[in-house]
Amino acid sequence: MDRVRYECDVAVVGAGPAGLAAAFRAAREGRRVTVVDDNPDAGGQIWRGEKTKPRSPEARVWFERIRSVDIQLIAGARVFAQSGPGKLLAETPRDVCELAFQSLILATGARERFLPFPGWTLPCVMGAGGLQALVKNGLPIEGQKVVIAGSGPLLLAVAAYLRERGAELLLIAEQTSSLKLARFGLGLVSKSSQALDLRRRLKGVRYLTDCWVAAAHGYQELDHVTLYRGGKRWSVACDYLACGFHLVPNLELAELLGCDIRNGAVSVDEFQQTTVPGIYSAGESTGIGGLELSIVEGEIAGLSAAGNRDEATRLFSTRAKHRRFADLLNRTFALRDELKSLAQPDTIVCRCEDVVFDRLRAHDSWRAAKLQTRCGMGPCQGRICGSAVEFLFGWTPESVRPPILPVRVESLLSE
Amino acid sequence: MFDQMPNQTPETVRLLVNGVAVEMPAGSMVSAAILKTGATLFRRSLTGEPRGPLCGMGICFECRVTIDGEAHCRSCQTICRDGMDVHTDG
Repeated sequence: MDRVRYECDVAVVGAGPAGLAAAFRAAREGRRVTVVDDNPDAGGQIWRGEKTKPRSPEARVWFERIRSVDIQLIAGARVFAQSGPGKLLAETPRDVCELAFQSLILATGARERFLPFPGWTLPCVMGAGGLQALVKNGLPIEGQKVVIAGSGPLLLAVAAYLRERGAELLLIAEQTSSLKLARFGLGLVSKSSQALDLRRRLKGVRYLTDCWVAAAHGYQELDHVTLYRGGKRWSVACDYLACGFHLVPNLELAELLGCDIRNGAVSVDEFQQTTVPGIYSAGESTGIGGLELSIVEGEIAGLSAAGNRDEATRLFSTRAKHRRFADLLNRTFALRDELKSLAQPDTIVCRCEDVVFDRLRAHDSWRAAKLQTRCGMGPCQGRICGSAVEFLFGWTPESVRPPILPVRVESLLSE
Repeated sequence: MFDQMPNQTPETVRLLVNGVAVEMPAGSMVSAAILKTGATLFRRSLTGEPRGPLCGMGICFECRVTIDGEAHCRSCQTICRDGMDVHTDG
C-alpha cells in the first residue's frame, strides 16, 4: 500500500480551538500549515458541526479567520505512529498519509473522565459530552428524559444545549460541594456574562450539588438511576443518563513522541514548547482550562512555531489571566473520595476486556493489572479506564507504544 | 483546501439500520441514525453484555457496528451516506 505524502512547515494535530488558532497564526506568518484531525470535520468537540453553521460568536470569528489564510485540512485522519524524525503517519478511511514537517503542534484536546458505578455500561448511559456530540450529530432528543450527572462546567453547557433541543431535563447532579461552588462563583467575575447566560438558559432546572449517581439500572438498556445525596437515595426513571466527571487531557501522542508529562498534562515552556525541541502543545492537552485559554495557547504556539517569539510574548498576560481561572476551575471540581466507593466488586472497570473491580483490587500497579487481567489492553487502550484506575487505585499510566490506536494491517505495512 | 464539501449536498440521506429505513439530515453520524430507529444495543461485549455509545468522539470504541459488510466501524465517526446498510450486534 502506498502512502500519500504531505509536506509542510508546521503540522498541527487537532482541529479544535487550540489547533485552529495555532494554524491561523502560523499561516499568517507565511508558513505552510497542515492540520490533521481524527474527526470527520474541523471544530473539535466544542465547535463540532459549527464549521458550516457557527452557533457561538467565537466559532464564527475563528472559522472566518481560518478561511482567510491558506491551510490544508486532513480530516478523518488518526495519527498512529511516527515514521521517522519530523514525520507522522495517519490513517484515513481510504489510505495512509505520511506528514513531513519542520515543527509540530499537538492540540489533541481532552476527553471526559468516566468513573465506574453499577450499571454504567448499560446502553443509553453516556458521557455528558458524549450525549451532546450525538445530538449535534443528528440524534433527535426532543421529549427524551435526561439525567445529567458527574462534575464540571461541561454539565451546564450540555444541559443548556439539550434543553434548547427539547430534552426534558430531570436534574443535574454535581458531585462537588456547594461551598466549593460558591467560592468558584466569586471567581467567575471575569466570566460573568457567560455565567449569566447559562443561568438564563437553565432557569427552572434542578441543579443539585453534593449529589451523584450511585447506580444505573435496566435490562439490556437504561431504565432508571439511583441518585445519592446527603445519606438519601432515590430513583429517577429516564431515557438517557449523561454522566462525565470533568475532563482529562489526551496525552498519547505527546507520550509517543517523548514529550515529558507532568501532573497529567503535557509539560510546556512559556512559548508552549514541549521538552522535545520543535514540538509544541496547546489547549487542553497541556491542562484543562477551557475555551479562552485553549485559543490563546494555540496562538502562542502557532506564533512560536513560526519563529515570531516577539508577537507570542505579547499574548502572555492574556494567557496568565485565563490560567488563573483554570486553576480555580480545577480546584472547584476536584473529585471527592466517596466516589471511589461507587464501584462494587462485580462492577466492570475496563469495558473493552470486561475486567471487574474485584480482579483489579488484587494488584499493586497498572502494569501488573494489565498483565494479569488485560485491563486497558482492548481497542481503547486504556483511554476510558485509565483515568478511572488512576483515581481509584492511584496507578499512573504505562508508557505508550505505537500504534497508539487500532489500525488496519495494511496501514502498518505501508511504505 | 479547508472546505472539502462535495458539490451537491442533499438535505437528507436514507440508510438501513438492521433492515429498518431511516432518514437523517445530511452530515449526521451513523450512531445517531441507529438510536433514531430505537435500537440501543450496538455491540455485545466479550462476556455478552449489551453496549452502546459512551464517549461520542471516537475514543471508547463502544459504538462499533457493521457498515456495508465491514465489521468494527466506529459509528460515531462515520457520516451517514445514502443507501448505507448498517447492522448492530442485536
